[in-house]
Amino acid sequence: MTSTPPALTRRALLTATAGAGTTAALAACGSGSGAVGPDTPLRIAAVNHVWSQAIAERLPEFEALSGRRVSMQMLTADQLGSSYNVKLNASATDIDVMMLRPLQDQLLFARNGWLADLSDRVTDPAFAWDDVQAAVRERSTTRGSVYSVPVVTERPALYYRKDLVAAPPQTLDDLLEQALTLTDRDAGTFGYVGRGQRAGAVSQWSSFLFSFGGDFTTDDGRSGIGSEQARAAYAYYGRLLHEAGPPGATNMSLEQAMPIFAQGKAAFYVDADAIYTNFLDPTISTVMDTVGFAPFPAGPAGAVPYNVPSWALAVNGFSRLQDEAWTFLQWAAGPERVSEIQSAGIPGARTSVWADPATTAAFPPELAEAMRVNTENGTGHDRPEVIQVGRARDIVGRPLVAGILGEDVDLAADDADAEFADFLVRDNRQQEF
Amino acid sequence: MSTTSPHLTSGRLTVTPGGKRPRTFEQQNRRLKWLMLGPALAFVGLMIVFPLLFTLNLSLTDAFGAVNSGRRYLGLQNFADALGDGRRFWPALGRTAVFTVGAVVLETILGLAIAMLMRKAFTGARVVRTILMVPLLATPVAIGILWLLILDPTNGIANHLLEGVGLPRQEFLGSVSQSLGVLMLLDVWQWTPMMTILLLAGLSTLPEEPEEAAVVDGANAWQRFRFVVLPMLSTTLFTALILRAVDALKTFDILYATKGAGGGSDFEVETLNVYAYGLTFDYQEYGLAAAVLVLFTLLIIGVVLVLRARSGRTRS
Repeated sequence: MTSTPPALTRRALLTATAGAGTTAALAACGSGSGAVGPDTPLRIAAVNHVWSQAIAERLPEFEALSGRRVSMQMLTADQLGSSYNVKLNASATDIDVMMLRPLQDQLLFARNGWLADLSDRVTDPAFAWDDVQAAVRERSTTRGSVYSVPVVTERPALYYRKDLVAAPPQTLDDLLEQALTLTDRDAGTFGYVGRGQRAGAVSQWSSFLFSFGGDFTTDDGRSGIGSEQARAAYAYYGRLLHEAGPPGATNMSLEQAMPIFAQGKAAFYVDADAIYTNFLDPTISTVMDTVGFAPFPAGPAGAVPYNVPSWALAVNGFSRLQDEAWTFLQWAAGPERVSEIQSAGIPGARTSVWADPATTAAFPPELAEAMRVNTENGTGHDRPEVIQVGRARDIVGRPLVAGILGEDVDLAADDADAEFADFLVRDNRQQEF
Repeated sequence: MSTTSPHLTSGRLTVTPGGKRPRTFEQQNRRLKWLMLGPALAFVGLMIVFPLLFTLNLSLTDAFGAVNSGRRYLGLQNFADALGDGRRFWPALGRTAVFTVGAVVLETILGLAIAMLMRKAFTGARVVRTILMVPLLATPVAIGILWLLILDPTNGIANHLLEGVGLPRQEFLGSVSQSLGVLMLLDVWQWTPMMTILLLAGLSTLPEEPEEAAVVDGANAWQRFRFVVLPMLSTTLFTALILRAVDALKTFDILYATKGAGGGSDFEVETLNVYAYGLTFDYQEYGLAAAVLVLFTLLIIGVVLVLRARSGRTRS
């Protein structure tokens, strides 16, 4: 019969459409990125770093041990931060292991509930948590709970040109004097190169700040960047880059400053010791035969460099493979792997590993000594210890930029100090979690 | 009775089972129309209306850290904070305006000049058009990185070239004072071809008679352009201007690729877009960022309305 009721057809169609839509939506919500089964891969989000590359080469070993396939994604630090921001705001389950910067990310991520509490897991005797350097362990702990395990540590190293400098400077005064002497702008050679970007330079400047006797905050939690010591450190660093640095220093972070030293255009460079391999790589460096390594020079308060866990591993609080993720952390940050990776020239955080001469043999002897000295003198932070680290670095870095541009540092420090004081009040409120 | 309505008399009747009231063909058609439109409306609602409403809702809260973590409603406080921020918001708005107006005006003038030159057929026109397309085909991030290398103050080729012709070396993107200007020129380099192509398309549709008449009347080339071609081209010109202005207002990728997050060490290229990105991804201040984005959206709508109004006045 041709008189099939149209209303019935529409209703049927509507019902079918709604049903299919609901089913699809529920299926999408329910399954997330697929049901957890033996074939579900363990997903690792990592920064593109020498440590990640070293661990990626060893993943088949973990896969054989654990019986679980691993999928590792490597991004730049900025991309990784944005990726966490977007995915974890949506409670994403498609990341199990997170590589993060404890000093930059952990406080905020813990506040957001994005990290799994590892306090009970690290007590496993096989993991030897007490073997991790005490200052570094402290950075992995927030509000009494352990949220990350460190995999890479960093201190500043003074890189210098042995063909230009008879002996590395022992003091900051000496460094400034030699840098000024070795600067020849007409010839395109500079006494010093270093980070000059407002926020990017803060972590390297911290060693200068500490060595002048200052800190980002005072003991009672107030702004420390208006102190005489901080102003002196601002003025010093600004003058160093303004008078002995290359043009465009305020646009320089690691990616811009490092090649200038690697191409033989600067006599001194202070940056993280973990990047030393760049200067020994013949495809990048023209200074591989002339590069020297030295501890951070002493300022008025002595040599006080930072010594921090630059990267750590954590477990996504929304992960459905938390046990497997912890197994990976145990494997990747356990004594054996740290020893193996440090022997390949990537500095870890375990006391026993540093005590073993075999693991430091991969480093150039001068660098290994510089690392040892800097570890002994080191302070466990290189940026303000606040929730909103990004905003804090933007505020703290402004007087630095003023100094590099040859502007009035005191005026900039006054302004930044007032803004930082306000900021700390607001940030402290956010820390009530 | 309603049974005498034109629908019933003009439409075909269909009988539903169970003795329900029959519907006309037009009634059925109207229902079917909404059914067919449904998926498209659902898509628009999900992809456009929902994000806008979500952003608007977020802008009224103190969302910080994680979007959903215990946020409180603040009313219009975020808008007041943004509008009262003389340190970042207003300078960013100023840079957005300078960048947009500067780049778009240059692109329009250059694009029109090139389009006028290319209006008449000449040998090699195809090659020139192909070359013009090249900057349009590359992604802004790739272009940013490319120019960053070329303009590197220490190792870049640009300074070698400047020295070669006896000019002083420049800091380009390494400079606080030069960066915004350099980035405007990069935008001009990339987007002038699009203006050229749009205006060339407009020029090709213009009738030739008015110009021929002007020639007969003794008008010189400038007079023909100013009083004959330009008025006839005004619709295309304003359409191209609106498209480019909205696009330039939203510029982000090339700024981020060359100067990083935060718009440079002295915030020298921090436009409203860059500021909103920083608030979201560096500061995790979602409420304030949403308020800035709402204000930014209103600004874009305002610019479009002003340009359209001016366009209408000019045409009339």
